[in-house]
Amino acid sequence: MTTTYLIKGVRPLGGAATDVLLRDGVVAALGADASGTRAEIIDADGLIALPGLVDLHTHLREPGREDAETVETGSRCAALGGFTAVHAMANTDPVADTAGVVEQVWRLGREAGLCDVAPVGAVTVGLRGERLAELGAMAGSAARVRIFSDDGNCVSDAALMRRALEYVKAFDGVIAQHAQEPRLTEHAQMNEGALSGRLGLRGWPAAAEEAIIARDALLAAHVGSRLHVCHVSTAGSVEILRWAKSKGWSVTAEVTPHHLLLTDELATTYDPVYKVNPPLRTAEDTEALRDALADGTIDAVATDHAPHAIEDKESDWTDAAFGMLGLETALRVVQETMVETGRLNWAGVADRMSVRPARIGGLAGHGHPIAVGAPANLVLLDPAHRSPVDPTASASLSRNNPYASIALPGRVVTTFLRGRPTVLDAKLT
Amino acid sequence: MKRHLLSAADLDRDDALLVLDTAEEMRQLADRPIKKLPALRGRTVVNLFFEDSTRTRISFEAAAKRLSADVINFSAKGSSVSKGESLKDTALTLEAMGADGVVIRHSGSGAPHRLANSGWIRGCVINAGDGTHEHPTQALLDAFTMRRHLGELDGRRVTIVGDVLHSRVARSNVLLLATLGAQVTLVAPPTLLPVGVETWPCETSYELDGPLPKSDAVMMLRVQQERMNAAFFPTQREYSRRYGLDARRMGTLPGHAIVMHPGPMNRGMEISATVADSARSVIVEQVANGVSVRMAVLYLLLGGSEPALSAIGEPAVATASAPESVPA
Repeated sequence: MTTTYLIKGVRPLGGAATDVLLRDGVVAALGADASGTRAEIIDADGLIALPGLVDLHTHLREPGREDAETVETGSRCAALGGFTAVHAMANTDPVADTAGVVEQVWRLGREAGLCDVAPVGAVTVGLRGERLAELGAMAGSAARVRIFSDDGNCVSDAALMRRALEYVKAFDGVIAQHAQEPRLTEHAQMNEGALSGRLGLRGWPAAAEEAIIARDALLAAHVGSRLHVCHVSTAGSVEILRWAKSKGWSVTAEVTPHHLLLTDELATTYDPVYKVNPPLRTAEDTEALRDALADGTIDAVATDHAPHAIEDKESDWTDAAFGMLGLETALRVVQETMVETGRLNWAGVADRMSVRPARIGGLAGHGHPIAVGAPANLVLLDPAHRSPVDPTASASLSRNNPYASIALPGRVVTTFLRGRPTVLDAKLT
Repeated sequence: MKRHLLSAADLDRDDALLVLDTAEEMRQLADRPIKKLPALRGRTVVNLFFEDSTRTRISFEAAAKRLSADVINFSAKGSSVSKGESLKDTALTLEAMGADGVVIRHSGSGAPHRLANSGWIRGCVINAGDGTHEHPTQALLDAFTMRRHLGELDGRRVTIVGDVLHSRVARSNVLLLATLGAQVTLVAPPTLLPVGVETWPCETSYELDGPLPKSDAVMMLRVQQERMNAAFFPTQREYSRRYGLDARRMGTLPGHAIVMHPGPMNRGMEISATVADSARSVIVEQVANGVSVRMAVLYLLLGGSEPALSAIGEPAVATASAPESVPA
């Protein structure tokens, strides 16, 4: 028996204020029809409602690095950030390259119960790029895997990538490529440019990303399969994606919040909190990424939430791990970079952070419009809020938050997962 | 002066000249029977070497000891560092031991910056070479050496030849020499020049013969063994032919020009034995000057602002403004 909730005075997608009734896990009524029922009232005056956010790219670290994050703590971050579904990347220990591991992660997600955890399966055994993992077994498992990725590593062998793209057609899967030509990025530390030369840090050329995206788009077109490009970070990648989409090929792409906001200038601090893969790029790149997200060339925002234990970031730059937290701040960064700059309205944010990622990941229960009968996956946010990010206030086990003390707009007030609040008054229930 | 010396860019023109003038005073000590000053008595200097470098370490050690500092050598090999102790824990250990200054050599670019800005230690940090980033005291000793032979460096032309991409010596030299008004030309094959070098305060050339007749000093950089197998250039022989300094090329230099090398040299590769041992070569002198320059840096960062020699009640000596002449 679930509680019935009446959300009063909320603005769906930033439109006119209305009432929304949630009952039995679905949106039961809207507007005048919503009143008159006995329900728990939620005063949402001034708040905006969006469909629950969907993350295509999350590192939950379990199994293997439960000191950095677990499925449960990562799910808490997700709920606090307004997410109702996350895709858990495969680079765990053991690697999620068998039905057994993906089912374990899926089950841990169900037990945490704060958001739907959809495991991503590895493309190759052990992420080693040598032979295909049992993609069919993972697709047919209880976890119903549809996205396959060696994220962290690039499937750099062109023949293996071709076969993977072909093979997943059998169960409508998609290969999510971490586009990084390995020989061009050996020991690379930051974006290659004038700054890397000055700082003496090994450069990571944009061409190493762009060359793989171009190759894979051609392969996907050739075999008639679906390619998804993880964490696009350069203006050149955007151009290639635009070209591939203009051909009508099934190529989708994501961008991270940090690549929308932060630039390589931060490396001048040598603080490893800014060390990430792919690296932070130039201001011109962030501009191109924002434009591409606005015009739909880039389909989705994906966090690449990458928790790391304190000691893995408290070293010098070269020894430190790659990655930064993202789930709790994603919507705020998108408001800052896309909404406040006039590039996207709230309907656009819903499309890029919920509708399209749900479609790419094949999650039938997510990414629905706020309409009667739709699953009651919702986030309520206060767009007028603005405050500096406090990294100590995170639900993550890790603290590698690159936004410390940056003032960002927006605040997730409430998150509903199938009609049940996971977050109320900006706190976990 | 800033509290730390992490980059040659930390020194403005006045700072740089102060270091060089102070080094000139320190150098006079070398001619005395007792080569020691009490300036840093009771101060502790730690040489924290995560990367092997006997030459640089003993230079800093000699400098600190001549200033009467207590010196602790902490090298990664065979210590807790090689057993996985982090930079942070090492730093906290040094802090607990009361280090007033930490001289750090590390294979990671930016490690000294991290040490200085992390809040782990209170002492001042001196970069003794970090990865492929900087080596500011090397640049200072190079400038000191050039100044002794060429006078003030304004308008002087310095040619730096070799693996600029991986050279911390080149980065620090370009920055410091620009501050001092010299005109630097970097000479290297395109593969060994960093992306963005056109934004540096210097000129570049892909060939060596053009810049040499206009050079007041030419500095040859060491070519590391591992570059030779990574397609930066086809063969050692081709590199040596195009970018090596041999007797013929040395003959095209102006009569007063000097030849420098930060060491250790690959004789027969970037520099021929004839050139290395010629009268124009100041390579051994660079090593001796390294001690004077490092004394000046330690003194200025740890000791205070008064003139080094007069502050400690020594008899008056000739001031730095009148450097002794050095035969060409």
